[in-house]
Amino acid sequence: MTPTYNFAFLDENTKRMLRRALLKAVAIPGYQVPFGSREMPLPYGWGTGGIQVTAALLGPDDVLKVIDQGADDTTNAVNIRRFFARTAGVATTERTAEASVIQTRHRIPETPLREDQILVFQVPEPEPLRTLEPREAETRTMHALADYGLMHVKLYEDIAQYGHIATSYDYPVLVDGRFLTSPSPIPKFDNPKLDHSPALMLFGAGREKRLYAIPPYTQVESLAFDDHPFEIQRWEHQCALCGSGESYLDEVVVDDCGTRMFVCSDTDYCGEHLAEAVA
Amino acid sequence: MNALLQVRKLSRHYGQRIGCQDVSFDLHPGELLCIVGESGSGKSTLLNTMAAQLAPSAGSIRYRQKNDAWLELDALSEADRRRLAREEWGFVTQNPRDGLRLNVSAGANVAERLMALGMRDYGRLREIASSWLARVEIDPLRIDDAPTSFSGGMQQRLQIARTLVTQPRLVFMDEPTAGLDVSVQARILDLLRRLVNELGLAAVMVTHDLAVARLLAARTMVMQGGCVVETGLTDQILDDPQHPYTQLLVSSVLTT
Repeated sequence: MTPTYNFAFLDENTKRMLRRALLKAVAIPGYQVPFGSREMPLPYGWGTGGIQVTAALLGPDDVLKVIDQGADDTTNAVNIRRFFARTAGVATTERTAEASVIQTRHRIPETPLREDQILVFQVPEPEPLRTLEPREAETRTMHALADYGLMHVKLYEDIAQYGHIATSYDYPVLVDGRFLTSPSPIPKFDNPKLDHSPALMLFGAGREKRLYAIPPYTQVESLAFDDHPFEIQRWEHQCALCGSGESYLDEVVVDDCGTRMFVCSDTDYCGEHLAEAVA
Repeated sequence: MNALLQVRKLSRHYGQRIGCQDVSFDLHPGELLCIVGESGSGKSTLLNTMAAQLAPSAGSIRYRQKNDAWLELDALSEADRRRLAREEWGFVTQNPRDGLRLNVSAGANVAERLMALGMRDYGRLREIASSWLARVEIDPLRIDDAPTSFSGGMQQRLQIARTLVTQPRLVFMDEPTAGLDVSVQARILDLLRRLVNELGLAAVMVTHDLAVARLLAARTMVMQGGCVVETGLTDQILDDPQHPYTQLLVSSVLTT
């Protein structure tokens, strides 16, 4: 741990501001709480929102896991994990089951989460209506009045153009029957894991300066039409490494001839599944 | 019969300038009222104020809801105003590009208000959208086309379908046929007259074209400089104008 930094990089007043915003976010599930986003030693779009939320949460006894698209060993994940190891001296892990705080970019771990775990999402665009309605004043009014018909216009367009709801990530959800919320760009495969999750889910958008939360055991409904219900992705393949048929698979091109293989996107889950199979 | 909309002493000022001044009238269910006058006479200001899109400077507007309860529009909250605009009213703008959502298909445009009311059955939405396209004489095969690929007249008809799909009780129209050529205008007017009769809706239409008033409206209001100078049955006003300005207006219509 580098002693010249305050514990977990941010000063205590900033952490207090963040914690107050987080308490408000938990009190109003799905509501986007504005907060004073600080400049962090990494660029916008690399997880400045998530890293600030994590910094406000961490205590000396926490065990941190960081994943990027499910993997523990990609640049973003390695950097953020090392950042907190240096500035907070907390223990880090790659095992989902051992972590108390998990910061994630674009995935929810396959291993079911528990009540004593917190999942922190990095969010590029917290406003699910933004692509449909560019005016911030208008989207805030729409949230205030729960005027969400517009979101279905997008789903309608999907079906009209592609024959099915083609939105495959950042699939809009209604939290606690009230606030339309972006689940961050997780694949819609992960949406069912949000519903009544035992773990607290916190979302931070650093550039847009917004926080929001899905508290434990909160109803999270993925929007759909009666005759075109919500569906998650399915594969005809199994993971080429561990043989799992239940996890989210990445398609990887392995040579110049277009040969592909499908592997688990969650590296920890894949490793454990493989170890179980060997044993 | 009870009025649907009661306007009393309505004024709207832009600072020192007058938008419209001391306008009073009743609108009854099933009635189509035309507001005529030259450019800048306050027609659109009056229409926007009635539709609660502009706040009145003085005067009152009352609207009778489905349950027969009167609603004071100046005391209306934003939530109620939006609900009213979504469920019981419609607004057709002069430029269809202002009233349409240009980045989604024609079908989505028509179905949007239904989805806002909570309809969640894609097949049914599609059915209604395509029947409304047919009703406004747009080929239902073009349901998935972007409105930008439509001609001006088709866009205006699409906007009418989009507005009327929820069967509003009251529709505001701001020069819906301005900027269209004469034959297209005639078809749209014919369509409007048919739909207004079929649906039995009340409508207020702003126009500077007296022929439009003659064709559609039972009653006409003539405005000049923000004030109503003459009001009465359309035929009466056009055939026997009393006010000097109305006389000027009627006599300046070109006849071919």
